[in-house]
Amino acid sequence: MTDTLLRFRDDALHEEPAVTLDSFLGQSNATAVRIESGDDARVLLPHLERLALVEVSFPKYRDGRGYSTGRILREAGYTGELRAQGDVLVDQIPLMRRCGFDSFAPEAPVDAAVLEASLARYADVYQPAADAHVPVWKLRHG
Amino acid sequence: MYKYDQYDHSIVTSRVEEFRDQVNRRLAGQITEDQFKPLRLMNGLYLQLHAYMLRVAVPYGTLDSRQMRMLATIARKYDRGYGHFTTRQNIQYNWIKLDEAPDILADLATVEMHAIQTSGNCIRNISSDQFAGAAADELVDPRPWAELLRQWSTFHPEFTYLPRKFKIAVIAADEDRAAMRLHDIGIQIVEKDGVHGARIFVGGGMGRTPMVAPEIKDFVRLEDLLSYLEACLRVYNRYGRRDNIYKARIKILIHEIGADEYRRQVEDEFVAVKALGIDPPKAEFDRIAAFFAPPAWESGLADAIDRSDPDFAVWLDQNVSAHKAPGYAVVTISLKPAGGIPGDASADQIDLMADLAEKHSFDELRVTHAQNIVLPHVRKADLHGLWTQLREAGLAEANLDLISDIIACPGLDYCSLANARSIPVAQKIHARFADLGRQRELGELKLKISGCINACGHHHAGHIGILGVDRKGTENYQLLLGGSGAEDVSLAKITGPGFSEDGIVDAVETATNVYLRERTEGERFLDTYRRIGMEPFKEALYG
Repeated sequence: MTDTLLRFRDDALHEEPAVTLDSFLGQSNATAVRIESGDDARVLLPHLERLALVEVSFPKYRDGRGYSTGRILREAGYTGELRAQGDVLVDQIPLMRRCGFDSFAPEAPVDAAVLEASLARYADVYQPAADAHVPVWKLRHG
Repeated sequence: MYKYDQYDHSIVTSRVEEFRDQVNRRLAGQITEDQFKPLRLMNGLYLQLHAYMLRVAVPYGTLDSRQMRMLATIARKYDRGYGHFTTRQNIQYNWIKLDEAPDILADLATVEMHAIQTSGNCIRNISSDQFAGAAADELVDPRPWAELLRQWSTFHPEFTYLPRKFKIAVIAADEDRAAMRLHDIGIQIVEKDGVHGARIFVGGGMGRTPMVAPEIKDFVRLEDLLSYLEACLRVYNRYGRRDNIYKARIKILIHEIGADEYRRQVEDEFVAVKALGIDPPKAEFDRIAAFFAPPAWESGLADAIDRSDPDFAVWLDQNVSAHKAPGYAVVTISLKPAGGIPGDASADQIDLMADLAEKHSFDELRVTHAQNIVLPHVRKADLHGLWTQLREAGLAEANLDLISDIIACPGLDYCSLANARSIPVAQKIHARFADLGRQRELGELKLKISGCINACGHHHAGHIGILGVDRKGTENYQLLLGGSGAEDVSLAKITGPGFSEDGIVDAVETATNVYLRERTEGERFLDTYRRIGMEPFKEALYG
């Protein structure tokens, strides 16, 4: 899986494998967790301090629950790696970046040139989210 | 009208480039049709029975003449010389070539238009009252609120892969001309202690399982609105059903957990979301609202109209509505001529309507959810001249809200989902009631036809509704009575076994005969139905 991993972080790759949410909650020393798309990410909020990697499953590209999961974790102050894994398509990665994801493990390979172009495409956005983009209303009114 | 600034232009232009790149990748075989589908759908491009269909957004149904002319240009340049105005206040073209679609978007962008989120499981074009800014009964113009929502919902990163499509309507009058409570979210702008805010209904819709939206919040302040809506959408995105496409709309979630439990979850989520500071400042709303300042209506105009031309007088009574400014009127141009396709207009007709708007309506037009066009600000003194020009172009049908002002989906003539044709049924009903005097005797009678249970023709909201189904390989039509998409919202009920294509026309006539027999002074068809119930109609239809 690591050979198709796309990371937008400078820190070293976290070595510990992600465990299921139940296992994570049952052991006090785990630092990496995998969230299935139906899991409630809010149960992780008391444990953010010890988390270094959250892997969010996207079983189908149509299943958009993970976008909310990503934002909820970032809104609560999570700063570790947030990975989207599964049916992650190149045209979705810019939206996932906006929801706070900074690492991607797509099941099918992503064309690097297409990805680079699509990440650079939108200079402006209408709404704030879990990324550094400044919404246009803020640009309009300083 | 709202005008783009550099940021709006930049976002729409980026979208054109993005879509061109996506189409090129598809044409080059770099992505499969399966992978391309969600991308084209996010841009209103459907593969229909015969060709691609492109749906162009008309935000809250408002257009200027330059934009309207572009719609005519696209009809000529890329389609077969006509377009189809839809129940979502949009326009769609039925004969589009995939490789030309990016060029169409580029042309649209030159007049501040696009096809963003006109399909897909995302927040769709925001709809509104077609009389906004002109209606005598409105509290305030709802369109600044709608434009605020357009911008907020455009490429919203969290809500682009919702369980299912999501439709929002905004109105600001007690009379509901936008079927507000049949939307996923319906918003009515109301006043409390001298301040305007949003009354919010969630979980309405038509389709297979029609529901009237319950009220979720009686008043949300403007400065909290986007946070509140994000909370509404986030609860839906996380907990809406994804196991069954037919149970994925928010109405099913709310039906299953109940409005009170949904409200509780939204209120909890709102506390979290409000802390993020995602609501724009009042200055942004004021900036948008300034674009919707009333046009420079002349003062001192007379209200008297010369009614000596009888045909004109009929059109005046039927298609002209009260305006808030003295000496002005709101004109609805019917796109429901006898023998026509409801909502269709030729490129020449579109151009003419643009010309008339420029000359007589402060450069503004509106698309209505009933698939007609409105000129919102016409001087009463200009009405006769306007009507004369409309008549020459076949656009002066005096049938607004009458039985021949039919909403119909494209049906099996175009749509790959349909079970039955809708257009020929609409044409046959119009022919049966061809005499305008007879139609006016029947009064307000909203007839709506869908060619399958997805209900794009709003049959659940028809005073008379018709649903086309497939019965053992034959088109069959069910009759429904008693629906309304207006402020007296209700869902129509099926009368009983269905009818053949000709039989349904007879059945409609039978239902109107019951009404004529039973009605009391001043009652509309709907009122009589509500008073006497289904039985007398069933008796006449099947007895």
